[in-house]
Amino acid sequence: MASLTQPRLKPKRSPTFWRDTLCGYLFILPVVLGLLIWTFGPMIASAYYSLTDYKIVDEPVFIGLKNFVELFTKDRLFAQSLSVTFRYAIMYVILGQVVGLLLAKLLTQRVRGLSFFRTLFYLPIIVPLVASALLWRYMFNKEYGPINAMFQSVGLQGPNWLGSPDSALFSMVIISVWTGAVTTIIYVAGLQQVPEELYDSAKIDGANALQSFRFVTIPMLSPTIFFNVVTGIIASFQFFIPAFVITQGEGGPVYSTYFYNLNLYDKAFRWLEMGYASAMAWVMFGIIIALTLLIFRSSPLWVYYEGGVRE
Amino acid sequence: MTRAMDLPRPTVDAHQLNAAHRRRQRLSQGLVYVLLIGGALTFMLPLILMVSTSLKSYTEINTYPPSFLPKEWLPSNYPEAWNYQNTNFPLWTQNTLTILLLTVPGVLLTSSLCAYGFARLKFPGRNLWFILVLASIMLPPQVTLIPLYILFFKLGWLNTFLPLIVPPWFGGGALNIFLLRQFFMQIPRELDEAAIIDGAGHLRIWWSIYLPLSRPALVSVALLTILGIWNDFLGPLIYLTTPNKFTLALGLNMFQGLFVTRTDYIMVISSLMVIPMILLFLVAQRYIVQGFVTSGLKG
Repeated sequence: MASLTQPRLKPKRSPTFWRDTLCGYLFILPVVLGLLIWTFGPMIASAYYSLTDYKIVDEPVFIGLKNFVELFTKDRLFAQSLSVTFRYAIMYVILGQVVGLLLAKLLTQRVRGLSFFRTLFYLPIIVPLVASALLWRYMFNKEYGPINAMFQSVGLQGPNWLGSPDSALFSMVIISVWTGAVTTIIYVAGLQQVPEELYDSAKIDGANALQSFRFVTIPMLSPTIFFNVVTGIIASFQFFIPAFVITQGEGGPVYSTYFYNLNLYDKAFRWLEMGYASAMAWVMFGIIIALTLLIFRSSPLWVYYEGGVRE
Repeated sequence: MTRAMDLPRPTVDAHQLNAAHRRRQRLSQGLVYVLLIGGALTFMLPLILMVSTSLKSYTEINTYPPSFLPKEWLPSNYPEAWNYQNTNFPLWTQNTLTILLLTVPGVLLTSSLCAYGFARLKFPGRNLWFILVLASIMLPPQVTLIPLYILFFKLGWLNTFLPLIVPPWFGGGALNIFLLRQFFMQIPRELDEAAIIDGAGHLRIWWSIYLPLSRPALVSVALLTILGIWNDFLGPLIYLTTPNKFTLALGLNMFQGLFVTRTDYIMVISSLMVIPMILLFLVAQRYIVQGFVTSGLKG
C-alpha cells in the first residue's frame, strides 16, 4: 500500500547477507570446485580437442570440423558401432520395461514372504559387471553351457548365443535385463504410489485384471515409465563392460557387438587418437540429448501427471 | 467416491459371492506364488551355477551334459585360483580396499556439506549451482574422460590410485548430494532455529544435528559408494596400467583373458568378488534399495 505513494525501494538486504553468502558458498565449495575442475573445465577442453588432431604425445593441431566430417562420411566402424548401439538400445529399453513392469507387478502383490522374494529378484544388481559378464559367457556357452543343455534336454538345438553375429547382441540384452534390477526397483516404488482406491473402483466398474493394468496401472505409472525409458536410453549409450569383457575388447563376432563405447575406447586408448575420440564423445552426447528431448516433447501425449498440468 | 457404489447387489446371494470370491483369491494367490518362485529361481539360477561351478573339477565343467551341483566337490579350487601363477589376488584385494577406505570418507564428508548448503542455506546462485549439479548427471562421462586422462597424465597421476580417489572428495557425486539434500529438507527447521538461538554455527548444526539425524541416508550413500568402487571397471582400466596397481575387477578381467578356458577358477574369483557384496546387500538391503529409488541410478 505504501508503495503507491513512495518510490519503490530496493529490497533491503539483511544485515547478515554477505556473511550468509560466504557461508553458503563455503558449504558448497567442494562441489563448485569439483564441477569446475572435473566437469566444466574438461568439457571445454574436450570440445576443443574434438576440433583437433591430437595424439597425446604431440600438441593438439586445430583441424576444424574434419573429425566430424570423417566420422559421418568415411568411418564405417563408426556407423557400425552406432547401429549396434541403437539396435541394442531399442531391444534393451523395450525388454527392460516389459520385464521390469511385470516383475514389479508381481513383487507388489499382497502375499506373505514378499520381502524375501524382493531380495532374490534384486540380488543381480550388486554383482560386479565383470563377474556377471563372465558368468553369462559360461551360461551361454554353446557346448557346455547350462542354457543350451536345457534346450537339448527338450530335444532342441540351442543357438550359439554370444558366438554368432546373429544372436550376440540379443544375448547382451539378456545380460543387461538380468543385471538391471534397478528398473524393477523403481517400478516397485512407483506401483506403491498408485492409490488402492483406483483399483477398487476399476473392479467395481467391472474391469478384469488385464483391463485394470491397462487403464489404471499404466497411466498412473507413466511418469515412472518415462523416467525409466530415458535412463534406459542413457544406460544403453554407456554400455561397455560386458561387451569389453566378453569379447576382450574386440566387439565380436564380426563387430556384431562393437558398441559405441568400445569404438571410443579403441580410438582413445588403443590408438591414442584423443581428438577423434573427443569428437565421438560429443556426437554421443548430442544423440543422448536429442533422444531425451524427443521423449520429453512426446511426453504430453502419453505421460499422465496427476493433478493435471505438469510443472 | 467408491463408497457410494458399494451398494448390495440384490440378485446375487451375498454368501455365495463371498465364497466364490475367496476361492478365486486363493487361486490367484497360488498363482502369484508359482510365478514368484519360478521367477526367483530363474533370476537366482546364474548365481547358484556360479558358485556350484566354482566347486566343480575342470573336467566336469567340460563334459556334457552339465551338472547342476558338483559330482565331486572341490573346495580346493578356491586356494588354487586365489594363488594362481602370474596373479596376485591378495594384493588386488588390498588395492581395492585401499581405494575404498580413502574414498568413502571423502564422499560422506563433502556430499553432506554440499547437501546442507543446498538444503538449508540461502544465498544468491544457490539454485543455479544446484541445477548445474543435477545437469552434470546427464553428461556422459565419456565427454570428460579424455581431458581428465590427459590431465592426470600431465600431473603424473597415471598408474596411481589418485585419479580414482581425489575427484570423489569434491562433492562425492551429484546423485549423493541430491539424495542427502532430499533427506535434509525433511528435517524440521525448528531444530536448527533452536540451535541458532543457542549460539551454534552452521558447521555445528550440520555436524551435531543433521548428520546424526540422517544416518539412514548416509548409510545409503556409503553403501552405494562401496558398491560403485568395488564394481568399478572403466576407471581402473584406464588409469591403472601395471598389475601391481590392479583392483579386483581389473584382476579378474586379466585373469579371464589369460586363462579363458579355466572356467572353474574364473567362477571362483567371481564368487569371491560377489559374495561380500551379497552379504552386504542382505544386511543392508533397505538402505541400498532406498538409495536406488531416490537416486534412480543405473548401472
